[in-house]
Amino acid sequence: MTAVDARPVTSDETMTVAAARELRDGAVCFVGIGLPSLAANLARRTHAPNLVLIYESGAIGAKPSRPPLSIGDGELATTADAVVSVPEIFAYWLQAGRIDVGFLGAAQLDRYGNINTTVIGDYDHPTVRLPGAGGAPEIASSSREVIVVIRQSPRTFVNTLDFVTSVGNRPRAVVTDLGVLRPDPDTGELVLTALHPGVSVEAARQRTGWPLRVSADLGLTEPPTAAELSVLRALEDGAGHA
Amino acid sequence: MAEILPLQEAVSELVRNGDTVALEGFTHLIPHAAGHEVVRQGRQDLTLVRMTPDVLYDQLIGMGVARRLIFSWGGNPGVGSLHRFRDAIENGWPHPIEIEEHSHAGMAARYVAAASGLPFGVLRGYVGTDLPAHTRTVAKVNCPFTDEELVAVRALDLDVAVIHAQQVDANGNVGIWGLLGVQKEAVLAARRCLVTVEERVPKLDPRVTLVLPSWAVTAVSVAPSGAHPSYAHGYYERDNAFYQAWDAISRDRDRFTAWMRRHVLETADFAEHLALVEAEAAAAGAA
Repeated sequence: MTAVDARPVTSDETMTVAAARELRDGAVCFVGIGLPSLAANLARRTHAPNLVLIYESGAIGAKPSRPPLSIGDGELATTADAVVSVPEIFAYWLQAGRIDVGFLGAAQLDRYGNINTTVIGDYDHPTVRLPGAGGAPEIASSSREVIVVIRQSPRTFVNTLDFVTSVGNRPRAVVTDLGVLRPDPDTGELVLTALHPGVSVEAARQRTGWPLRVSADLGLTEPPTAAELSVLRALEDGAGHA
Repeated sequence: MAEILPLQEAVSELVRNGDTVALEGFTHLIPHAAGHEVVRQGRQDLTLVRMTPDVLYDQLIGMGVARRLIFSWGGNPGVGSLHRFRDAIENGWPHPIEIEEHSHAGMAARYVAAASGLPFGVLRGYVGTDLPAHTRTVAKVNCPFTDEELVAVRALDLDVAVIHAQQVDANGNVGIWGLLGVQKEAVLAARRCLVTVEERVPKLDPRVTLVLPSWAVTAVSVAPSGAHPSYAHGYYERDNAFYQAWDAISRDRDRFTAWMRRHVLETADFAEHLALVEAEAAAAGAA
């Protein structure tokens, strides 16, 4: 245990912990693939034991012992309160307004929190073909609020999206490996409201593809606690193993 | 009444060149054995349909089986890109492929509409996305009662649906449990359907939560481990290591082609391919 905690904290770990803290206990959370899934599982194992995890594969109230490699691993069904079909999860549970938080990742994001997961470059002749929309457009528009987790760089935080896959709809928070951004209540533009330990405003600006606005009341993320780190590392060590 | 046929015969009879075919499975119960047989029999010009094209569709696309792809998310879940899917779209290899893409909610609504015999489905979706600008099967529609603006999506009628399931009983009824995906909707959206199953049993397992009655199914083929590297709940787990290994196999055109030749074109059936996968994994473990 001591040996585990002695490893230095990575920026990805701080991001995941900060994202997990955004989820309140008892909330109903529609979990996207990748980074959000790890953070959601961390939240459920720390401060939010009653967080309800919903996966688009049809698992409602999943309690996986390790973060699934795919959003459809068998353990999601085994541990779920209910298993429903894919049409049902989107129609009855998401569209009808039963989801508190949509928890999403992204390939590219703009200053209003709009998301691109479709193409880099021209749609008909893309430089990079990305996976596409998946559940994100409706998760973003039908959840009561949206939280985005994304690694921040000039390639991901872009001035203009090559393709709008999902509309940000004033996300409650965008959590990155550098800090946390929240929308300006008037304009909806994302403003840097907190930095993670050891990150400078200058670094955040350099890794943003538009002139980044910084809150006058800029906060500092509490470093991950020993308890958060040990749970996160145990989850990561178990990730994807059969 | 479902006909119980050897897989080779079932694919030969049901899947024809130029068909619109969905080999469905939302992570669970993906019909890999049937997909391999489609490649082995040299089908061409297919419009392939799938919410989540993953490794199986990467194989089909890389072998030039598809003329067109209708989908909502194309990736190797938890691993990364589908290299053959990307190469087809980005570079037109082995030949250019047309795409039509939707969101998951839209694809699900399209399947439900087709399964219901309706011309379109309706949903509150596609808000602000650029997707409708690139597909003719999404349109705005107003509610005739409240005037709310909604989205209509065209029914996704299929020539053939292919799914994997756990069991078929003595009367030809198909039983599924675990994650259900859009297995039922795809089958009912299709003119013909083929179900591969893990085993034939006298009576369906009590864990079964979805039954497709025999008379709603065209053909059933017994294909043990026929979903591998996907999984069949209650039979075997998802082979996550295979999904990870696929990244390197599929990255290079020559390596991919050689793999498909060895594993699909030069094998008699899926069981032979599975034995080869096992032998290769053992050799890699010993090395």
